[in-house]
Amino acid sequence: MSATVVKLLDLRGLSCPLPIAKTAQAIRALAVGDLIEVHATDPGSVPDFAAWCTTTGHELVERTETDGVYRFVIRKTR
Amino acid sequence: MATIEAELETPVQAPIEHPHHKKLVIMAWSGDLDKIWPSFILGTTGAAMGMDTTIFFTFWGLFPLVRNDVHITGENWMQKMMAFMNRPGDEHMKLSKMNFAGMGPAMLGQIAREHHAALPHELMESAQELGVRLLPCQMSMDLFGIKAEDLIEGVDAPVGATTMLELAQGATTFFI
Repeated sequence: MSATVVKLLDLRGLSCPLPIAKTAQAIRALAVGDLIEVHATDPGSVPDFAAWCTTTGHELVERTETDGVYRFVIRKTR
Repeated sequence: MATIEAELETPVQAPIEHPHHKKLVIMAWSGDLDKIWPSFILGTTGAAMGMDTTIFFTFWGLFPLVRNDVHITGENWMQKMMAFMNRPGDEHMKLSKMNFAGMGPAMLGQIAREHHAALPHELMESAQELGVRLLPCQMSMDLFGIKAEDLIEGVDAPVGATTMLELAQGATTFFI
C-alpha cells in the first residue's frame, strides 16, 4: 500500500454537496491503497466525510483542522 | 494544527461493509426551483456515496429537463399555452413561495453564489458526471407534447411508471 498522498484536492469555499461529490469523482482515478488529501472549509464536511467513508468503505486515515480549514486524508480501499 | 476529534461526538468509524445493494430513486414531480434543487443535491450525494441513483422526472418536474433555448414546447395550442405559462428550462424555474415575479429566484441565486453553494444547473452537471440516471416520464412527455429533442443532452430514453417502480424495488425513495 502506498503511504504518500497521490492527490491533493483543494475544495475550500465549496458548500454541500460539492466537497463529497468532487472527492467521489477524484477517487475514481486512484488505485486501491492510494491516499487522497482533501482541504475543505464547509463545517458540515466534518460529519459528512465520516459518513461518506462509513458508507463507501474508504478509510478516513487522518483529519485535522487549521484556521478553519479541515484536512482529510482518505485511503481508497476498493 | 489541532485535531478535531474532541469536537466530535462520534470517533472516526471503522468502515462498514454493506451487504445489500444500495439504490436511490427520486421522483421529481415538482418543477419548482426550491424542490428540484434538493432533488439534485440528494441525487448527486447518493451517487457520490456509491448508490445506484435514478431521478425520474414527471409532471411539472419534466420542464427543468427541457433545454433553456427551447421557449415553447407542445404540439397543439393548449400544450403550447402550458409552456408559455410555465416556461421550460432549469434557468426559468420559479420558487414555490416568495417568487415575486422572478425576484425571489434571482435573490436566492445571488445568495447561493455568495455562499459558494452549487446552483441546480451545476448540480445537474455533477449528477451526470457521477452517473446519476435521468429518466423522463413518457406519459408526461406525451401530455405536454415535449419531444426527445427538446430535452438536454445526457438524459435516458423516456420510461413509464412500471420501469420506475421496478427500479424502486428495495431502494430508498423520495417524492419531491
